[in-house]
Amino acid sequence: MSKNIENQPTTYKKYLKLSGLEPMIVNENMNFINVGERTNVAGSKKFLRLVKEEKFDEALDVARHQVEGGAQVIDINMDDGLIDGKEAMVRFLNLIMAEPDIARVPIMVDSSKWDIIEAGLQVVQGKCVVNSISLKEGEEQFIHHAKLIKRYGAAVIVMAFDEVGQADTYDRRIEIAERSYRVLVDQLNFPPEDIIFDLNIFPVATGMDEHKLNAIDFIEATRWVRTNLPHCSVSGGVSNVSFSFRGNNPVREAMHSVFLFHAIKAGMNMGIVNPAMLEVYDDIPKDLLEHVEDVILNRRDDATERLLDFAETVKGTGKKDTGQDLSWREDPLQDRITRALVKGIDQFIVEDVEEARLTKERPIQVIEDNLMTGMNVVGDLFGDGKMFLPQVVKSARVMKKAVAYLLPYIEAEKSGKQEAAGKVLMATVKGDVHDIGKNIVSVVLACNNYEIVDLGVMVPPEKIIETAIAENVDAIGLSGLITPSLDEMVYIAKEMKRKNFTIPLLIGGATTSKAHTAVKIDPEYNGSVVHVNDASRAVTVVGDLLKPDTREAYVKSIKEDYDVFRENFLKRTKKKDYLSLADARKNRYQIDWETTSIIKPNQLGIQIIEEQDFYELVAFIDWTPFFRSWDLHGKYPAILTDDIVGEQATELFKDAQEMLKQILEEKWLSGKAIYGLFEANTLDNADDIEISLDNEQKAIFRTLRQQLKKHAGKPNFALSDYIAPQSTGKKDYMGCFCVTTGFGTEEKAKEFQDNLDDYNSIMIKALADRFAEAYAEFLHKKVRTQDWGYASNEGLSNEDLIKESYKGIRPAPGYPACPDHLEKLTIWELLQVEEKIGVSLTEGLAMWPASSVSGYYFGNEEARYFGLGKIKMDQVTDFAERKEISIEKAEKWLNPNIANN
Amino acid sequence: MKKVQDILKDRILILDGAMGTMIQRHKFTEEDYRGERFKDWQQPLQGNNDLLSITQPEAIKEIHALYFEAGADIAETNTFSGTTIAMEDYGMEELVYELNYESAKIAREVADKFTAKNPKKPRFVAGSIGPTNRTASMSPDVNDPGYRAVTFNQLRIAYKQQVEALLDGGADILLVETIFDTLNAKAALFAIQEVNDERNLDTPIMISGTITDASGRTLSGQTAEAFLVSVSHIPMLSIGFNCALGANQLTPHLEILANKGNFNVSAHPNAGLPNAFGEYDETPEQMASQIKEFLDKSLINIIGGCCGTTPEHIKAIADMAAKYNPRKI
Repeated sequence: MSKNIENQPTTYKKYLKLSGLEPMIVNENMNFINVGERTNVAGSKKFLRLVKEEKFDEALDVARHQVEGGAQVIDINMDDGLIDGKEAMVRFLNLIMAEPDIARVPIMVDSSKWDIIEAGLQVVQGKCVVNSISLKEGEEQFIHHAKLIKRYGAAVIVMAFDEVGQADTYDRRIEIAERSYRVLVDQLNFPPEDIIFDLNIFPVATGMDEHKLNAIDFIEATRWVRTNLPHCSVSGGVSNVSFSFRGNNPVREAMHSVFLFHAIKAGMNMGIVNPAMLEVYDDIPKDLLEHVEDVILNRRDDATERLLDFAETVKGTGKKDTGQDLSWREDPLQDRITRALVKGIDQFIVEDVEEARLTKERPIQVIEDNLMTGMNVVGDLFGDGKMFLPQVVKSARVMKKAVAYLLPYIEAEKSGKQEAAGKVLMATVKGDVHDIGKNIVSVVLACNNYEIVDLGVMVPPEKIIETAIAENVDAIGLSGLITPSLDEMVYIAKEMKRKNFTIPLLIGGATTSKAHTAVKIDPEYNGSVVHVNDASRAVTVVGDLLKPDTREAYVKSIKEDYDVFRENFLKRTKKKDYLSLADARKNRYQIDWETTSIIKPNQLGIQIIEEQDFYELVAFIDWTPFFRSWDLHGKYPAILTDDIVGEQATELFKDAQEMLKQILEEKWLSGKAIYGLFEANTLDNADDIEISLDNEQKAIFRTLRQQLKKHAGKPNFALSDYIAPQSTGKKDYMGCFCVTTGFGTEEKAKEFQDNLDDYNSIMIKALADRFAEAYAEFLHKKVRTQDWGYASNEGLSNEDLIKESYKGIRPAPGYPACPDHLEKLTIWELLQVEEKIGVSLTEGLAMWPASSVSGYYFGNEEARYFGLGKIKMDQVTDFAERKEISIEKAEKWLNPNIANN
Repeated sequence: MKKVQDILKDRILILDGAMGTMIQRHKFTEEDYRGERFKDWQQPLQGNNDLLSITQPEAIKEIHALYFEAGADIAETNTFSGTTIAMEDYGMEELVYELNYESAKIAREVADKFTAKNPKKPRFVAGSIGPTNRTASMSPDVNDPGYRAVTFNQLRIAYKQQVEALLDGGADILLVETIFDTLNAKAALFAIQEVNDERNLDTPIMISGTITDASGRTLSGQTAEAFLVSVSHIPMLSIGFNCALGANQLTPHLEILANKGNFNVSAHPNAGLPNAFGEYDETPEQMASQIKEFLDKSLINIIGGCCGTTPEHIKAIADMAAKYNPRKI
């Protein structure tokens, strides 16, 4: 390919060269290139928030600060489930290109998705670095991506990762590096100087023997790579190495310096280092240096233990509470109380509170002084992002215990009345039963001295209004998880306006969004309406709304913010084109029914599982959403070692495992399932599926069809496309199901609550939810491999299940492919769900108990999940006619999916 | 025939001078531009110089011949605006293939005639690929810096079509020139590599950027060296600068290319800077004496002229360059 090889004398030294507006040549004079990664949504919460809120000006400031702070390359990553990564990458890079003080440095385009990387490469004029590619998915993809990277003229980070896994030993690192290098250089003629290996920096001193070599293996592998693979570079994320000393910065800083000192000598020439977390190697005290080097270089067997011991002397604060170390019990009273609250230790709180009570004139003063002092520390740490939700809930548990102990004394004294910061009414709206998020917010607010009036779940609007007046509350918080709750919230806002309310209205819950709040709720109410997307924001928002000195300005700014947001949102959404329902049907997804395989189920008809063994479900649990329900964001299991939330996630996970054990051993919960498989055909209208039971009873599932105008060749999907039309004359099949693991949850949760233990009360609900999802996955597998049997020989790991790499789908009414909750009624009638297994539907068509899942089974191998998106009124009218309901009713239920105008 | 890569080792190659300046001498009217074929075209066509390859082919051939006569080794095709994007101004997107094909064919024909006359001095045709009139890494709207009037893919597709037509018409070099936005150039280079791959070719590529003013940067803000690094992934015949500046002002930037890179270096500067009437008035002798500086410093391998240069300039430059050895790389 490269004909002008004669242009390149062999003596010519090859350096990695990158460019922004200015060049960056990585030669001997630059011994280490520092990559800035605050512009990475996965690494910076702040940056993620700015991108999500489309505050690109401020996001640019983050990039600018990094460059000003000395970053020589900036890493940009937009991989987050809630962001359109490609659009955000292109937009942000375009904006950077207009800022010469940022664009002067080279860009590292960082994504796990190739289309985002490619989109990034297409908007940057300079020579970028792609972060990253690896042999993880095999050579073919690796080669394909490398060829394109070469053609775009970028350098590349190659992760030490292959089909088997991530390299974690010296041998594996050099094995993968060499193989990658040979493919790139020998097969593809990829410039070797454009290859940067990331050889995986892992923590040392974790207490596990297999981690002892982590640092030295990296360093030695670096040396090998730089010696044996000419011209390439070596990079890595340095902070990982000191992970086990989180909280002890002097030790961490020393570890980073020592690690870099040796790694750079071995040839590491690029990496991500926080300059603020770096001690000057020569300034490290001799004794600390010796201990740290023992660990990094694995110079003695007891290096870890020695460093751990030594670390205690380096810094007393922030060190990990081991449980046995009770030296803090010697500290002054207030310090003990504060520590108990911050650390969530309830063991000694009653005795400490009693001691405090004896020193005070009045028992209420213990709350006002001692406990509030501690809770203020908790509040500050939480606000600064130094404590996380599970910790705060534990703090609340300690607080509640303390208050409960004091209450009789306060009552006896009678006159004592604590002045709360404000009174907040909290409710999950009518028809909805999900309350984990609402409970977390309630607890966090209660911790911050707000009085909470919690009306529980399925609260009718009249009751909310009535209670708000009777209790004279200062704010109302509404929560909901299912889509009909959105309209319920709009209705309550209207009612509040009618009753001349002006107090703030807070909106939260999984389906709510700033967009919905701004566009649908805010215009209906005169007071402030605020979407509170996570519990950590609740305290500041309520504070700003209620404090007399901030109130006015905040209320005004919120209204303005929502006005602007609404305007922008409506402007953006107007552009979309839609097809008529008839045209959308013409453009349906067409399976070739002549050639596709249709497999008759082994077992037609309805089956019931009366009592599910929970042990069978454990392996099917997807833990990632569990952490999300606690506001800890990240994928399991990586979240356990995450730089920011890792420690908390690990602790939470440990608590969850303990409760899980009890659930299993003591049979706290019981689970049931009902499911059926039926003959089915799509009717002539293309959107309805008729199923028959014993050739007698018939039922019809009404599906909804995408109407958004697509690019040529892209069909407008409806679930009915996955079932053979009647006109083909072929018999096809489908199924539906409902599983629950929720019996027993409510009782346990109440038991905990009565014991003032909100933490475990929330925990049991979160776990029951996970079990329900696991049950749905478990049952789907059973159906695929046995009852229907079309995939009798599949062998998928739980990871594959979570990635949904199996054949066939199980969409659930109320979720993107079929957002219509009304279809649940059809399932309930057909399977007699309530009569047979006791799961009922609320007015809002939420399932009760809450930890339940229902849905359909489609078995065709071409069946895929999709999102319905917005539909037009012609489909709403048609749907109403087909379903024989009024247009108004159809409109009400489909409202969140109806396109404006 | 000896390959251009090999000849470059022996001597400095001469690129031709300005096409536009020579066309201006003809003082073509709107009717001349239209010719018979486009007499009813819905838009004014005066100024669409690329179109003259179809409507006034003899004039274009004559210009190529004059430059070869003056000593040029390489003629540039009359295709500076030969993309669907640049031709949109005239509503001539449909004609892009034909324009490029015919321009290359004309130049080929004249080149072959001269090569036949003197086989020791083979003549080459470089397909001229201009920057288009849009920028992929800058917004035309000051109030919306994130906006782009053209995307990489739009450019890539347009350039690919131009490249295919130039090669079909007989170009043996491709010259991506007057690069004021490196991202546009990268799209052109991406397209060239695609075509080379598909046709299993190894067409030599010349890359020539434009330093717009005394700041020493391209219009899109890159320094000379950053520009060099950004396109170094291309197995290129040469890299250089053209247009915007006269030879005098170009020296420091050529030094960067010569010292920091290991590619052949080209230059085709303007005949000085334009005067108050927008005319270039550096004489052939003045220009040649400035180019002497490049030669004395041993900076270049390919030299020619851009705006304002004429066959007289090229002759003076060629005579001067003949006394020097090419820069060693």
